[in-house]
Amino acid sequence: MNSIKNTVKMTYREAVREAIREAMRKDERVFLMGEDVGRYGGCFAVSKGLLEEFGPERIRDTPLSESAFVGAGIGAALGGMRPIVEIMTVNFSLLAADQILNNAATYLHMSGGLFNVPIVIRMSTGGGKQLAAQHSHSLEGWYAHIPGIKVLTPATLEDARGMLWTALEDPDPVLIFENNTLYNMEGELPVDAGALDIDHALIRRTGTHVTLITYGASLFKSLEAAEQLSKEEIQAEVIDLRTLRPLDHDTFLKSISKTHRAVIVDEGWRSGGISAEISARIMEGAFYDLDAPVERICGAEVPMPYPRHLEEKALPQVETIISTVRRMVKSNG
Amino acid sequence: MNAGQTPEPIHMARERDHNHHMLYQMLLIRRFEGKCAELYSSMKIRGFMHLYDGEEAVAVGVMQSLTADDAVVATYREHGHALARGISACSIMAEMYGKREGCSRGRGGSMHLFDDKTRFFGGNAIVGGGLPIAVGLALADKVQKRPRLTCCFFGEGAVAEGEFHESMNLAALWQLPVLFVCENNLYAMGTALALSESVTDITAKAAGYNIEAEAVDGMDLSAVEKAANKAASRVRSGKGPVMLECRTYRFRAHSMFDPELYRAKSEVEAWKGRCPIASFIRLLKEKGMLTDTELHEMEERIAIEIDDAVAFAEAGMWEPVEELTRFVYSDRRTE
Repeated sequence: MNSIKNTVKMTYREAVREAIREAMRKDERVFLMGEDVGRYGGCFAVSKGLLEEFGPERIRDTPLSESAFVGAGIGAALGGMRPIVEIMTVNFSLLAADQILNNAATYLHMSGGLFNVPIVIRMSTGGGKQLAAQHSHSLEGWYAHIPGIKVLTPATLEDARGMLWTALEDPDPVLIFENNTLYNMEGELPVDAGALDIDHALIRRTGTHVTLITYGASLFKSLEAAEQLSKEEIQAEVIDLRTLRPLDHDTFLKSISKTHRAVIVDEGWRSGGISAEISARIMEGAFYDLDAPVERICGAEVPMPYPRHLEEKALPQVETIISTVRRMVKSNG
Repeated sequence: MNAGQTPEPIHMARERDHNHHMLYQMLLIRRFEGKCAELYSSMKIRGFMHLYDGEEAVAVGVMQSLTADDAVVATYREHGHALARGISACSIMAEMYGKREGCSRGRGGSMHLFDDKTRFFGGNAIVGGGLPIAVGLALADKVQKRPRLTCCFFGEGAVAEGEFHESMNLAALWQLPVLFVCENNLYAMGTALALSESVTDITAKAAGYNIEAEAVDGMDLSAVEKAANKAASRVRSGKGPVMLECRTYRFRAHSMFDPELYRAKSEVEAWKGRCPIASFIRLLKEKGMLTDTELHEMEERIAIEIDDAVAFAEAGMWEPVEELTRFVYSDRRTE
């Protein structure tokens, strides 16, 4: 029997592009602005072809002025537009940290509710491409520290495709972190894929012995580890946080009440990172459910080194997840 | 009309009314700031507070060139801009008190006055932080083909910030309707212009971005108004941004915590001799457009307006602590 093909093969990069394209078509207030998003096609080729379709007013190349074009995005949002601002990497976003933290995150509050800022800021994040110490960090957890903004970390094709529109509909600033190792990831996406909620974590794999809490590129390492562990009769539940602020702790607390063990997998640095926040919430909300101390597998506390073997060592890896879970489960099973 | 008196030509009456309006605004600012200083001493107002005495001609002169649809982005020394833009003294004073009736619901205080009705996008307490926002507001207007401009005030201290240069470049590159107004009061907090800038002529920096710029005596209301009108009409003509440098001076300390070790008393006194309000009063009297009685009546009205503002602030409510975390995210979805 011939089944009607209702999915389409595409990369993560294409899924983001489709999300931008759909938003541009749906709402003329939406425009994309950033360094090399137009004629170059985007540093990671996300916006390739969009200039031809929408023109230079809506696919707007900017100078290397992160602070000014992020601030201009905030101003345009205040002026009734729905800007998508692309920053090449999270490290460059630090040049616009003033605008993100001091303006985007504060305007609504400082003005007593008068001026909300409906801006979306997208940027690449994460290591794994040998881009060394100024292009590879994972600062999404650090941004998640800031009240007033939302922090999304789409890992799957569905989320890359579906979270952007919801972010654009949000009245407040939303930061979207795209792990740069995911852009080439290929998969099947339903042809009618569309907007998805940005408020909830999702269980990507069910299990009973341990809960792996993760997001971004680490999701796939965690799923791979869970797959291998299942051969040893260890069933890991894998939770994709999807959004780091607001953090949906109910989903992982509920999972822990079933599995009684938690491992947090996060590319970001351990000290003061989002993994520390998650761990603290587990202590507050599920302490008596735990059969073992919470464990964290994080990025090594080092500026990202260039050589492959050191970079691999600096990032969470499948083997580390497996050995950590095995030790936890075996030691007090 | 009194019998036997020649009726005043209509344009003269208009000019006099207009001048009285501007004088009223400058005096209102001066008296308002005086009251704020007093209330700060009696601890009714807290936090950082920066007063505008001496610079009144800049805000009042520039505001004459704006329409109700234009946007204003200001600095943390913005009581004067807010008053001159037409935000009520009551709601500004209530904001100083931190009361719910304040223009920012008490959440902002002296440095963060906001008002949607007059499109006043805030006092910004990060030097230079408002410039990119102004560029974006103007971008939205240009793209949406709305015939309005964004007026962006900043001090000369801001020109040392990268955001100034990035914003000038972007506004010129995209030919955006921004009226940049540099309030050059010679000191970035306590650091003199010559100690912080290799090039002290600020209009020269605008030239570097192909932005037309004019320096004007910021102590001369008529000169500021004239230059602002000219600059604003150029901006409205679609030829991109214009910068106006208003050379002015603040009579008071930088903030309420400043012992003023960095400037000579004689310098302050010399500038006070060029008080924009006193010289405007002198000018109007010379032109026969202001009598002592009128001035006296004006002062009385201002005193009442300020008394009302203080009473309004005193009677205001504290926001319930249960609402502490409101306005971190919107209560509503946007359309």
